[in-house]
Amino acid sequence: MKATNSTPVFHPTVQTPAAGGAIAPWLADRLNDSLPRLRRDLVAQPVVYVGAGTCGLGAGAKKTAQAVRDYCREHQFTADLVEVGCIGMCSAEPLLDVQMPGRTRISFTHVTADCVPAILDAIRNDQIPENGWLGQFRHPEHRPYAGVPFIDEHPFFAPQTRWVLANCGRIDPTRIEEYIARGGYTALVQALNCKTPVEVITEVELSGLRGRGGGGFPTGRKWRLARQNEGSQKYLICNADEGDPGAFMDRAVIEGDPHRLLEGMALAAYAIGASKAYVYIRAEYPLAIERLKRAIQQAEEWGLLGRNILDSGFNLTVVIKQGAGAFVCGEETALIHSIEGKRGMPRPRPPYPAQSGLFGKPTVINNVETLANIPPLVANGAAWFNAVGTDSSKGTKVFALSGKVTNTGLIEVAMGTSMRRIIFDLGGGTPGGKQYKAVQIGGPSGGCIPEQHLDIQVDYESLKTVGAMMGSGGLVVMDEDTCMVDVAKFFMDFIQRESCGKCIPCREGTKRMLEILEAITRGRGQETGNQTLERFKGVMHLAELAEVIRDTSLCGLGQTAPNPVISTLRWFRHEYESHIFDRRCPSKVCSGLLEYRIDAERCKGCTLCAKKCPAGAIMGVAKSPHYVINDKCIGCGTCVEVCRFQAVAVV
Amino acid sequence: MITLHANNRTIQAQEGETILSALKRAGISVPTLCHMESLLPDGACRLCVVEVEGQRGLIPSCSYPVSDGMKIQTHSPRALRARKTIVELLLANHPDDCLYCHRNDSCRLRALAAELGVQQRRFGGTPVDHKVDLSSPSIIRDPAKCILCGKCVRVCEEIQGVSAINFINRGSKTVVGTAFNEGLNVSSCVNCGQCVMICPTGALVERSQAEEIRAALADPERIAVIQHAPAVSVTLAEEFGLKPGQDVAGILNAALRRLGFKRVFDTSFSADLTIMEEASELAHRIRTGGPLPMFTSCSPAWVKFIEEFYPDFIDHVSTCKSPQQMLGAVIKSFYASRTGIDPARIYSVSVMPCLAKKFEASRPEMAPDGRPDIDAVITTRELAAMIRMQGIDFNSLEPEEADHPFGERSSAGKLFGATGGVMEAALRTAHFLLTGRELDPPKVTALRGLTGIKTATVRIGDLDVNVAVASGLANARQILDDIRSGERQLHFVEIMSCPGGCIAGGGQPYQTDPDRLRARMAALYEIDRQAPVQTSHRNEEVARLYEEFLGEPLGERSHELLHTHYHHRDVMQ
Amino acid sequence: MNDVDSILRSFPDAKRDSLIPILQAVQESQGFLSREAVVRISRHLKMPASKIYGVATFYNQFRFQAKGRYHIMLCRGTACHVKGSAKLQEIICKQLKIQPGQTTRDGFFSLEVVACIGACGLAPVISINGEFYSSMTPDKVSALLDNFKQKATSHEGN
Repeated sequence: MKATNSTPVFHPTVQTPAAGGAIAPWLADRLNDSLPRLRRDLVAQPVVYVGAGTCGLGAGAKKTAQAVRDYCREHQFTADLVEVGCIGMCSAEPLLDVQMPGRTRISFTHVTADCVPAILDAIRNDQIPENGWLGQFRHPEHRPYAGVPFIDEHPFFAPQTRWVLANCGRIDPTRIEEYIARGGYTALVQALNCKTPVEVITEVELSGLRGRGGGGFPTGRKWRLARQNEGSQKYLICNADEGDPGAFMDRAVIEGDPHRLLEGMALAAYAIGASKAYVYIRAEYPLAIERLKRAIQQAEEWGLLGRNILDSGFNLTVVIKQGAGAFVCGEETALIHSIEGKRGMPRPRPPYPAQSGLFGKPTVINNVETLANIPPLVANGAAWFNAVGTDSSKGTKVFALSGKVTNTGLIEVAMGTSMRRIIFDLGGGTPGGKQYKAVQIGGPSGGCIPEQHLDIQVDYESLKTVGAMMGSGGLVVMDEDTCMVDVAKFFMDFIQRESCGKCIPCREGTKRMLEILEAITRGRGQETGNQTLERFKGVMHLAELAEVIRDTSLCGLGQTAPNPVISTLRWFRHEYESHIFDRRCPSKVCSGLLEYRIDAERCKGCTLCAKKCPAGAIMGVAKSPHYVINDKCIGCGTCVEVCRFQAVAVV
Repeated sequence: MITLHANNRTIQAQEGETILSALKRAGISVPTLCHMESLLPDGACRLCVVEVEGQRGLIPSCSYPVSDGMKIQTHSPRALRARKTIVELLLANHPDDCLYCHRNDSCRLRALAAELGVQQRRFGGTPVDHKVDLSSPSIIRDPAKCILCGKCVRVCEEIQGVSAINFINRGSKTVVGTAFNEGLNVSSCVNCGQCVMICPTGALVERSQAEEIRAALADPERIAVIQHAPAVSVTLAEEFGLKPGQDVAGILNAALRRLGFKRVFDTSFSADLTIMEEASELAHRIRTGGPLPMFTSCSPAWVKFIEEFYPDFIDHVSTCKSPQQMLGAVIKSFYASRTGIDPARIYSVSVMPCLAKKFEASRPEMAPDGRPDIDAVITTRELAAMIRMQGIDFNSLEPEEADHPFGERSSAGKLFGATGGVMEAALRTAHFLLTGRELDPPKVTALRGLTGIKTATVRIGDLDVNVAVASGLANARQILDDIRSGERQLHFVEIMSCPGGCIAGGGQPYQTDPDRLRARMAALYEIDRQAPVQTSHRNEEVARLYEEFLGEPLGERSHELLHTHYHHRDVMQ
Repeated sequence: MNDVDSILRSFPDAKRDSLIPILQAVQESQGFLSREAVVRISRHLKMPASKIYGVATFYNQFRFQAKGRYHIMLCRGTACHVKGSAKLQEIICKQLKIQPGQTTRDGFFSLEVVACIGACGLAPVISINGEFYSSMTPDKVSALLDNFKQKATSHEGN
């Protein structure tokens, strides 16, 4: 495994370090400011950066930005306010960075509106607030602050290899000049000027880049197949549907560095011979859509998109198509049908999209992250790219860490990094002193990795050996309080709701599997004798159903639908057995199998729990011990929370 | 030619064809459910999966192309288990009332379950509450029995060009329904019943009036009379195990009398009557420059289709009623007065190969003074069921004649059962009306056969009459669009809603493979070949009807009884 | 309906691949897809209404009932689920007596369940009229709904 960090995590200047950071003259000539200023190597006046990606906004970044504006106005403090994308440390949002002229850029965490004045006061006086700093960005020309560690040494960032995320959280995503100043669009200019499409394809083939959407199909090979197919009209589609719950990598890239995606798309379209490209992006990403629209406009104004780009004869129009809420539209042929205005249902293959896709023409569909890898790959060359990674999987992977982990957010690591490193070093482990149980990788199509396999290196092939798959990059960490049967049920429920319904094994088979899982997690009192029998028989059928569904489903969604069940059965069989035979949920999650009991000795009859109970399941007279009616209880746990006397126990 | 290995045998295949079609030619049959011969494969049911060496999952043979040297196992344990599980999955959701189901003797799902050895219900499903749609006079929809194979949607859209129904919602909540999931009767459904024909289960069945008819037959106050359509006598035998293509008109008459009908008439008679009116109408339009092309009007689904989708062509449609309705009108007027029976006591039934006829009979225009000319319509299938229920031994009946004055027919009237037949019949009489001479030869070969759109030019006097014939409403659309755009210059167009014509109508026996259809057609053509009277204008009983009652074609009485009008239908298209 | 017509005018010579953008624009403007809107779209695109209805009902995004005054979006992504969003859904459905995709009879609330809002660090998340509420508990949700209900009824009184 060669997971070396040959480039610093946060390169101060450019995204194409191997290319020496050179900017194509055609681009450099058209910039309206100097490179050092556009890169903010040199700042004339203080700059305040606010992380304003969707997670930042969710944490209150809008108010933070307003507080900065208010402060500047009230204190006559002249500063540039730049709203940047997500740098990845979502659990620390809102993030605010300050860069004084000549000094390093220093980053602060959890900066809600009320924290702003104290931070700005301090920095203006050349002081560091006592706490709340995350670190400072190392830069050869910036004087560092004493006593503040460098961000690239932070355990969350140090092990990262940031190629795709290089600019996210660093630059203003609404200014194309900043992207260009850091080397953006140089690869495109060079390719159009001195590389043939086939040369571009060869470079990508040699790099070993595999589709980052989850399929892992060699990107270069896909492009070559499309190029070989005859046709005057070809299409490129960027799959930005990102349906996996828990995945938000693509969103962060589009919000934080949209031009990178556009450049990747332009290179891809050039390589395969497409003159029209679609970005199919889910409607639930309004900010990303807005950023992308603006980026397209800017690129067109610069002549980097449109007709006869750079006089090369290459034309490319980019159109945004919004998804309408269907996970299955992440599947290639379903996506194509959705663009065509049909129900998003897949169709049999062959013919594959590269042969006959959108409107019957040769079409290449690539994921956002795949395309975002293309500009540096083309600029720096295949050898640079495949120096990182493992034998089967080259390059890096962006992961979205969420769930029971201290540092939730986005990371980018070299392929081959161990899962243990990702979760415990970068992620900071499971909080609250809880015991790690498993990490779900690959979303509803994936599997879980238990403690004993944490040292597995993360690459396409290794993951398959433990019954998991890479997926799009969503990693959900689970601890001792997570019930794995409930997790399997959750994913099966998701699949059931998102199944398109076309083919019988997926539509009906997953329903039956879900019913069996529901029977396993259902309460004693809610079951008839017949249903009990069904429950026992059901488990025997789970495995067989899983096989048939996998063997016969029409598309990837169905074929991988049984994976979470199979994976949890494999590693957590004891939990299943506990549910089925002992009728117990060891993690105390499945409300049907839980009993909430009020300890009569401790209960003071304050009636608080009865009042707060949303299901009206607690009865009692004031000043007398209360009791829970289990048939009505929905297991929300509110009573446990509000009781001041710890009188409610979960059994 | 390329070589495949299937079940350890070597078979030949053509480049580009699917595994399924290669297997079929080699006599290896793989079960299918969503497959439709004339349309592109959907790949939805997964029943046709086979094992292909080197492939990870099972392969759908309906849509996967052959490749040289492919090794296939069609009935390996893995493939069989997959198919069995798929059927079991369908059964888990399916109502258990097979004994009471309309399709219990022809349900494809039941047949598959038997074939695959399903002996127990392994998966208990969660039943969903579905409302049965009883709104249409022709078709009953029961979504609980629907297995979402999609054939009804495809037939309605791709073959009939109507698209009244589609898949609604997603996943296991998917249902087949109309826009906004309303009743069929307020949708753009034209009642052709092709969906009923193609449905593998009892989810789509005809609206049966058998109960009502039995009650009427038993009612001493009512005089039950019945007519039967040309296509019925060449098909009914199939329901009793006989080979397709036999004309059992005589036995049919006998059976109907055994059932208790006081009079048995032949709709082929009124087909001749229709020709008299329609050919006269065509001649009139040609002479006086009336709206051309003229369209036939005997197919009620086609009429409804024009009323909904092409109202600008309404003036072009012949104002003639269909043979069913013409006969219904003269029964309750001429026949009633002739025999002194109070028309209110007459219970007039028709046996039709058609589901839209049930709708036609209920049209307000077909009920003068609020009393329907035709009281009930049963299909060929319903008739067979009634015959069986009465314990009539069909195969041992002696043929009988139909009743006067509506029993005599020319073979032109009989040709109405096949696509192109109405046109042939009309041309024979139009020729005579316009030139005074018979069309020679009377057979117009270009208009025969199962092709969807047929055209011909027939010389009538000094006029070259351009005609077109289409069956299947998507084909009708094409002709209409061509006329609108000026691409076709036509005088007369015959449209039948069902592909192949009435012999393949929505009320016929369920099997509709092309060979069967050709056999049924051949029976009609054979009748024509041997018939003593081959033209409508030589039907003596028709002539007498005009003489004694109607006066003349297009005359006042004819107009009142035998003609109708149409109106634009504002439905959600 | 004028809005619908002007949206359709902005898609001249539109073909089937404009269907979803048109539906999205109409819903954006009207809040939902009405029968009349579907009829007009059907005429404009020369597509059968049953097909348009079939396409619209396939996707989560489209509603056929007007949104409530307060539109609740509940995230049911993995991270939110692991942090207890299932119970939140139960509470909301029980308290408001509606299922996802529906609007309360008084028109105050409508509920939409979204696969993933993308604010996984703040799970469980709900949003009401675009405003995010993070780290929710059943108690907090119940109180929030009561709060909004009060707001709605006091508006009604005016």
